[in-house]
Amino acid sequence: MISILRTIWLTFLHIFHKSETIEYPEEKPYLPPRYRGRIVLTRDSDGKERCVACNLCAAACPVDCISLQATEDEEGRRYPLFFRINFSRCIFCGFCEEACPTYAIQLIPDFELAEYDRQTMVYEKEHLLISGEGKYHDYNFYKNAGVDMGVKGKGEGDGEEDPVDINDLMP
Amino acid sequence: MHYLLIIAGVILIALSIAAGLIWVERRLLSVWQDRLGPNRVGPFGLLQVLADTIKLFFKEDWTPKFADKAVFIMAPGILMVTILLTFAVIPFGPGFNVFDSNIGILFFLGNSSLGVYSIVLGGWASNNKYSLIGAMRASAQMLTYEVFMGLSLMGVVMMADSFSFMDIVEAQRGGWFIIPQFFGFIVFFIAGIAETHRLPFDIPEAEGELVAGYHSEYSGMKFGMFFVGEYLGITLISAIIATLFFGGWLGPSFLPPVFWFLFKTFIFIFIFILLRASLPRPRYDQLMKLGWKFLLPVALLNLLATGAVLLLIK
Repeated sequence: MISILRTIWLTFLHIFHKSETIEYPEEKPYLPPRYRGRIVLTRDSDGKERCVACNLCAAACPVDCISLQATEDEEGRRYPLFFRINFSRCIFCGFCEEACPTYAIQLIPDFELAEYDRQTMVYEKEHLLISGEGKYHDYNFYKNAGVDMGVKGKGEGDGEEDPVDINDLMP
Repeated sequence: MHYLLIIAGVILIALSIAAGLIWVERRLLSVWQDRLGPNRVGPFGLLQVLADTIKLFFKEDWTPKFADKAVFIMAPGILMVTILLTFAVIPFGPGFNVFDSNIGILFFLGNSSLGVYSIVLGGWASNNKYSLIGAMRASAQMLTYEVFMGLSLMGVVMMADSFSFMDIVEAQRGGWFIIPQFFGFIVFFIAGIAETHRLPFDIPEAEGELVAGYHSEYSGMKFGMFFVGEYLGITLISAIIATLFFGGWLGPSFLPPVFWFLFKTFIFIFIFILLRASLPRPRYDQLMKLGWKFLLPVALLNLLATGAVLLLIK
């Protein structure tokens, strides 16, 4: 009996509580930078595509919504000929981002992907590729990789030591 | 002419309050649940009622092939008619009622008993097991709660020495009946909630168990009549509580009596909605137990004590 009256009283006191509702279209909720929303392809600090078309994202994708085809430019640097994400299938799990060895594919806090036509949910490379670096600044895969792809010379990469002269006996 | 105006006024007030309550309830529930509720249609979402009504009118009004057609169509009407008829004897202010019956309370009790037919017939005519279970529950609940609903009012009748609502209001000039008839008020209030099938006593509907109980098969405006009928019932019970226990239209004279009557009525409507926001639905047998083993004895003892005290005084 007392507990019932107490319940009613405590419910009544909620008149003085603040409403939790965020009135969405006018008022946007705060989304943390690591929120998993729309997927983008980023460029490195030199303005070149980070993606090396290794297909790891497509392999990691649990719903198979990523498809791409690798090709090479004149320097032998790999890049995707086409890169296609079907957002009507994507479940925003972020596995592609985890799988990516070059920080190329990233999920950003944009969830407003509603469309009237299902076909427009399929994003091609021109829709996915942004001109910035996304969440990870000043990272360039080829500065950390062993191979010389015209980005840096041998032994000039980040945290890389000069190459050892195999004809020299000096330590 | 004056008479017709009062009839039109009473029906207009009752129906517009009942329709407006759809919005009031949704907003108040959301306030108590830390939400905002409907606030998009018109100022403060006030036109939500209109939008809901338009929606209900344009819905397919479907009568199931397996239903008993005549009874199925009649049932929602019975609810509306019995409740609206009762509004005729409620005094909104001095001289502002359709007719001042000298058996006003009996008229109210009789009409509310007839209202059960709407639910029982609606549930039975739907020819659907959940509707029928809902209707059976409703009838059992009504039988239980009718008994001491009437008994709890007899204390008021004894003190006012009349069955007429007008006389009962006049008799409260010396003091509201809530003080001498506190237990009568408690019992009547609980019985009133059960009478309108409101939460926590919405066992005939019990959407968790019975889909929607007696109105599972109803759609369109027939459902709308059950829906508005529920709010009319809340308004009616609140108005009767205000009249019988809280002095009706009596109040300080700087505001018109109708204002005081509606003000008191609205306080009880808010309490009805607050109960819905806070209390869970009891089990069916708990409801019956509460009725027969607790509320009925309280009502009887209240009646006995009131009679004894009145005999001593006179």
